[in-house]
Amino acid sequence: MKSLLPFLLFTILFQNIAVAQEEDLLSLLGEEETTEYVNASFKTNRVINLHSLESTAYGVLDFKINHRFSPISEGFYDLFGLDGANIRLGLDYGVSDVLTIGAGRSSQDKTYDGYIKYKFLRQSTGKKNFPFTAAILATTTLKSIRWANPDRENYFSSRLSYCWQMIIGRKFTESFSLQLSPTVVHRNLVKTKAEKNDVYALGAAGRIKLSKRVALNAEYIYVLPDQLAPEYKNALSIGFDIETGGHVFQLHFSNSRAMVEPAFITENTRSWDSLEGIHFGFNISRVFTLKRKNLD
Amino acid sequence: MKRVLILSCMLVIIAHASFAQKYFTKTGQISFYSDTPLEKIEAHTKSATCVLDGSNGKMEFAVLIKSFQFEKALMQEHFNENYMESNKFPKSTFKGQIDNFNSVDLSKNGRYNAKVSGQLTIHGVTKDVSTDAIIQVQGDKLDCQSTFEVAVADYGITIPAVVKDNIAKVVKIKVMANLEPLKQ
Repeated sequence: MKSLLPFLLFTILFQNIAVAQEEDLLSLLGEEETTEYVNASFKTNRVINLHSLESTAYGVLDFKINHRFSPISEGFYDLFGLDGANIRLGLDYGVSDVLTIGAGRSSQDKTYDGYIKYKFLRQSTGKKNFPFTAAILATTTLKSIRWANPDRENYFSSRLSYCWQMIIGRKFTESFSLQLSPTVVHRNLVKTKAEKNDVYALGAAGRIKLSKRVALNAEYIYVLPDQLAPEYKNALSIGFDIETGGHVFQLHFSNSRAMVEPAFITENTRSWDSLEGIHFGFNISRVFTLKRKNLD
Repeated sequence: MKRVLILSCMLVIIAHASFAQKYFTKTGQISFYSDTPLEKIEAHTKSATCVLDGSNGKMEFAVLIKSFQFEKALMQEHFNENYMESNKFPKSTFKGQIDNFNSVDLSKNGRYNAKVSGQLTIHGVTKDVSTDAIIQVQGDKLDCQSTFEVAVADYGITIPAVVKDNIAKVVKIKVMANLEPLKQ
């Protein structure tokens, strides 16, 4: 009998402790891990000229208005190049959250372009932990400008160029993202025999968020040596992303005036060495939600 | 001696009975509505967790901010990136109790008006809140509902001037939870 009593007292005491521990009621349910896909590595699906690892979200139409101005070297006379602009108007559409299609038209060489971009790996944390995002991009461009030599025999295929690009990137921290873009450009027609039809290049791009709505972006495309004539230069661009609700404004300086891959990777003759090679430009992205997510 | 023993036994039994039942859900629904003449914004989640202690009326809610779904993908991105900073503050929680628990009999079917108060944590900021709730007891299941309002500025969420007419300063929050007995 006497031996039972301490046991009972102990039980009561123990229960009191148990009650005290149950302050945190939710811990009774246990932690259920979910997979979280990392998003917003970049503000929009372009860094500056290069495609970023971001896709256009499902059902969203992204209208792009891009300008690249004349060199800033003329100063006030042509308002730092603003009197002359290369323009690209484009539409991007999110077929799904990982598949984007797009088309555009640039004033330079009266070029039409179309692309398809598929994100096949997504950086994630939680239950499924994966360190980076990877996407594949295929672009075709068609120069519709009149032939320089109409007298000789010209082929339609000579107007076409292609670009294949793998985009591998990671959002390292909330404010820092980095990506690499191994690239192959194929041009059906090149100017001289010395130039390669297939050109290999490696793009690198990063962004640093300066505030919630402003980011600093930079990108550089390194073309592997001995593929192009010496007058062609690698494109380097630096700029800001400014996001205001439904718009993203990308303002930047670049030594490239083209806005489609084959052109800004393999046909860029300007360089940062002098003011004659530096151009101001902008991309404006305006999104329209065509298909709303069903919330039920 | 015998008396002490009986008393002890009773205590043990009472103690057992008094915290015998806890109720829970992992599929609680939380919605919020921002209503301005320019824009109506709403978002929903169906993965809020809740535990209610049937012995004393204490309750806790938790919800992952990233689980809120918006009609527009960009809104969802901005909600997480710019307003809620869901990487920094992944969860919102509520810890509180039913103040008039004496007048809520969870063992008897019926509809009870409950006064709930406690601490609401959003965006890393904790505030005391109180609201009315309805608890519908049906067998061993509890159907809980509540609607309350939250001033965005109270929780350190700043709305930039460009969109100040698009986002309401006071957001309506609706909570629905069907609680089931928790088997321990």
